[in-house]
Amino acid sequence: MSDTAMLRLEGVQKRYGRDEPALIDIDLALPRGQVMALIGPSGAGKSTLIRCVNRLVEPTQGEIRLEGVALTRLHGAELRRARRSMAMIFQEYALVDRLTVMENVLSGRLGYVGFWRSFLRRYPSADIETALHMLDRVGMPHAMDKRADALSGGQRQRVGIARALLQSPSLLLVDEPTASLDPRTSRQIMRLIRELCVERGLAAIINIHDVALAERFADRIVGLRDGRIVFDGRPDTLTPSVLTTIYGEEEWSTEPEPADDADEGGVSPATPMAVHGGMS
Amino acid sequence: MTVSQDSDSRMAVSTWRRPPLIRDPRWRWALWIGLVVYLVLAFASIQVDWSRVMEGLGRGAAFISAFFQPDFVSRRDDIVGGILESLTMTVVSTVLGILLSVPFGLGAARNIAPWPVYGLCRGVIALSRTFQEVIIAILFVAMFGFGPLAGVVTLAFATIGFLAKLLAEDIEAIDWRQVEAVRATGAGWWQVMNHAVQPQVTPRLLGLSLYRLDINFRESAVIGIVGAGGIGATLNTAIDRYEYESAAAILLVIIAIVMATEYASSHARRYLQ
Repeated sequence: MSDTAMLRLEGVQKRYGRDEPALIDIDLALPRGQVMALIGPSGAGKSTLIRCVNRLVEPTQGEIRLEGVALTRLHGAELRRARRSMAMIFQEYALVDRLTVMENVLSGRLGYVGFWRSFLRRYPSADIETALHMLDRVGMPHAMDKRADALSGGQRQRVGIARALLQSPSLLLVDEPTASLDPRTSRQIMRLIRELCVERGLAAIINIHDVALAERFADRIVGLRDGRIVFDGRPDTLTPSVLTTIYGEEEWSTEPEPADDADEGGVSPATPMAVHGGMS
Repeated sequence: MTVSQDSDSRMAVSTWRRPPLIRDPRWRWALWIGLVVYLVLAFASIQVDWSRVMEGLGRGAAFISAFFQPDFVSRRDDIVGGILESLTMTVVSTVLGILLSVPFGLGAARNIAPWPVYGLCRGVIALSRTFQEVIIAILFVAMFGFGPLAGVVTLAFATIGFLAKLLAEDIEAIDWRQVEAVRATGAGWWQVMNHAVQPQVTPRLLGLSLYRLDINFRESAVIGIVGAGGIGATLNTAIDRYEYESAAAILLVIIAIVMATEYASSHARRYLQ
């Protein structure tokens, strides 16, 4: 296993302030090219987990290695170089609204080009070609000079995906890519992510609420509850009793209200904002 | 309706009043009585010299009637010179102020600046906001002598208190996900500023700068009175010499320019959004 794993988390723990830990003792190995769905109730630590990988959130304990490089020990320029190979796709797209589609897509190259080049928007012509090709691939060939905030949700997510791929990553970190999309667009976006992973041999961790989408598009499902891994297996082994373990009895079968109560009580009763703040 | 049907036991209750802000009625009444007593005593302590008021009314009337016959001609050169000096002071001080406000604004935004920088920048902003332009102008006139240099320095410093503070607050309120997204690409600090922060705050910064431009013009007229150059100095001289017709002409010119800049800047701001 250790030979094939491109990403390896060992004993990762994250604690916000003095609250209950958001992640407890996470051990996880992701082989090259595997698409893994991370499911679990909101507040279970899914967002925190993928943000620990690219260090948008600092893990409190444990070690994370990507291709043998200990990400948890990197600083400054080394960390920025490591971030180039793990691209992130966000829940509400996180495009820079007032920049054009092309500027957003090209910002995927920021880790490769110097400040003045990016400041003057003088990207190397190879980058521009790749960007145009990617926009074409995600189905947005005509939107180049539109401002990002002029696009619909599904279109924005496509641009977000193009930006991520422009980083030439080996790993995709995908945070609730379909949470603000309608069911049909959600499936299209998941299918697109899946196809691109296969085409380019990318591994992916996809946080997702929608269990049906996870089963359909992932090779492997990991269930997180209250910051711990409670399930890890193939989609076809995801039985109703497993779902009950992940989501809890009542919350799984009834309306979302009690589920919300349970989530917040479980992770950080004092300051749920600390867990969700700025990410959800 | 459903509530009253459900709660049979409380059916008898049919009146409701908003609970008072202060629960204890003794406190409530004491505060009211205290307020009335204070106001009565306060009004009684105002000493009005009615004969002085009557005398002043005449002077005020002379001032106001001068407005109906403003004299643009006899002090024409002074007025034109004063206005040009004020406009120059306004533009130079606003540009300087903006150039200084951007670094201070970045430093005073808690979400991007480290603690020591934050403290320093907030300190400078607080200092600039504490003192009114006239007081700062008195200090700088003492330092640099009479004239427009003192005025420019005053207005540039006052601009920091306004623009840097509002810029910092704007930065603190930006959508952080856009910043995360750009950081996640491996971008450096300056690239994050340029790609994620700048696009979010620029329209408002430009709008506020234009707004500050017309504030600075108005202030340049005021600080001239304490010797910091510009049209204010001309106005002060005219009033000192009882040349109300010229003073009226100056005020009318100031009003016209303020209205013009106000109109232009609100137009420009609407376009920028």
